[in-house]
Amino acid sequence: MADISKAKKADAGEFWDWFTSRKVQRIFITICFMLIPLVLLFTFTYLPFAKMVGFSFYKMKYIGERKFVGLKNYIKVFTEPEYFSTLKLSVFYMVGSLVQLVISLYLATVLSFKLKGGNVFKGFMFFPYLINGIAVGFIFKFFFTRGFVLDSVLTACGFQLDNLPYWLRDIKVNNWSLVGTSVWRYFGQNMVLFIGAIVSVDGELYEAAMLDGCNRFQQFMYIILPNIRTVLILNVILSITGSLSAFEPPYVITSGANGTATYFVKMHEVAHTSQKVGQASAMAVVLLLIIFLATFLQKFAFKYFVFRRAEDWDK
Amino acid sequence: MMKVEVEEKKASVSPKFRKRLLLGLTYLSLAFFAFVAVLPLVSVLITSLKTNEEYATTNVMSLPQKINIANFADAFKTANMGVAFLNSTIILVFVLAISTLLGTQLAYVLNRFKFKGNGLIRNLFLFATLLPGIAMQVSVYEIMTNLHLINHLYGYIILMCGTDIISIYVYIQFFENIPISLDESGIMDGAGYFRVYWSILLPLLKPAIVTSCILKGVGTYNEYYCANLYLQDKTRFATVATSLYTFVGPLGSQYNMICAGVIISLLPALIVFITCQNQIYSGLTSGAVKG
Repeated sequence: MADISKAKKADAGEFWDWFTSRKVQRIFITICFMLIPLVLLFTFTYLPFAKMVGFSFYKMKYIGERKFVGLKNYIKVFTEPEYFSTLKLSVFYMVGSLVQLVISLYLATVLSFKLKGGNVFKGFMFFPYLINGIAVGFIFKFFFTRGFVLDSVLTACGFQLDNLPYWLRDIKVNNWSLVGTSVWRYFGQNMVLFIGAIVSVDGELYEAAMLDGCNRFQQFMYIILPNIRTVLILNVILSITGSLSAFEPPYVITSGANGTATYFVKMHEVAHTSQKVGQASAMAVVLLLIIFLATFLQKFAFKYFVFRRAEDWDK
Repeated sequence: MMKVEVEEKKASVSPKFRKRLLLGLTYLSLAFFAFVAVLPLVSVLITSLKTNEEYATTNVMSLPQKINIANFADAFKTANMGVAFLNSTIILVFVLAISTLLGTQLAYVLNRFKFKGNGLIRNLFLFATLLPGIAMQVSVYEIMTNLHLINHLYGYIILMCGTDIISIYVYIQFFENIPISLDESGIMDGAGYFRVYWSILLPLLKPAIVTSCILKGVGTYNEYYCANLYLQDKTRFATVATSLYTFVGPLGSQYNMICAGVIISLLPALIVFITCQNQIYSGLTSGAVKG
């Protein structure tokens, strides 16, 4: 009897030793700490992604019967103009985001040197980034209303109200108006990113350049630009992919009326208003592929053109 | 660009004058962009202070005769913002607490332990950021329905806790700067790995936690797309962002009240911004440079 209990005790002790050993503890804590984040990542990112790809081959609604239709949804995306032609609108947003990059690069260059009141300017320009999308929608519906804010400012500058277009209704200008709101919202944020990059450049470089008689513009071209190219390229890529998936301005301001429905707005409508889930999924997959392709091409292009030139500058 | 032209033209003028002119032009351009950034907000503020009568009869940019705050009370009541602020607070507290815990734990494991699949897991998180979130809601909606998470605050909270890569990167970066000898001395003293994480490393991470909580907090507070989709019962589960939907429709032209509602909704963000400006800037920058 005594022997058995002794053996049991030894077993328990062994188990405890094994359990408290460094290696097992390490494995145990690794699993514990990673389990929930991985489950969340799987449930809300990769599982829906896989499902979405699956949905895109079916004709289906959220509830009810599903019918396998093969590539029909994809063919529709490319052939029916109501879907694919909306991608043209992203050109507006690309132009806007390039303008935005130039503006924020200029402001960042100016503000990263010591300047009285610089922080106040920075704060004013950055704050729009922190406003929620719905509020931005209301602010600009109000801003662009006939005879309201923008029109008042322009008439004060000498324009005639009769010559001014309806900013959100006139098909000739309304997409530019929406692009403007997006630039308004994000130029300050871009500027802060660039300031961060410029400030991290070694200060001695500027001093050396000053001693060599460089002016501000030369400093910008030969010191700042090559040194922040990583952040710059990242932002160019982000802004192109962002333009392809432009969604918020038309969604909250015009609800996609009067020819402002971008690809994403159209997709949202197809998914939630007409509940053609399969069709919307196919649209999402197509867009995703386009984004991958665009990212890949840009990375490739930058590697072979911009980096080469930047390396020449470094010499 | 403008500056350069001026510089070339004035090359013959005395350098001191040139410098002043340059500075003047710089300020002029800054003032212009600051004006553009602030104009829409100022016009909203002005309008929110006008009475119905004044709003109907005067130009939107003319200043109100008398400061009138009745619109704020009206907007607060009409949009049921009391409930909305309560909901947003509950959501914020839970999302920030949970995602901070999950994010720091994940970063701890990924940074301190070498194991098979470490790189793979990092890449899985990184790749997830490439997938367009809004497009995927088509199928997330189905999953949320199957898990019975729609129309519950906790459902929305769970969805929002899906840890984002940017804060994980901020944490990993921070862990890299904490010497590993600190962990080892803890273990020598008999602490387990959890104790090392909880009592030694977590307190040291505080600056990184504050920074990413501010960013995540502002993002969560402003999120409206998923809140609208998954918290459909607007009388009970409206957040501050979605409560503004009340003003869509029949109230759509009563801009003095809408403007008041907009101002109320952005006050918390403004307060956080004024008090934590530098943390917001540095958080954005460190996230972007690495991510």
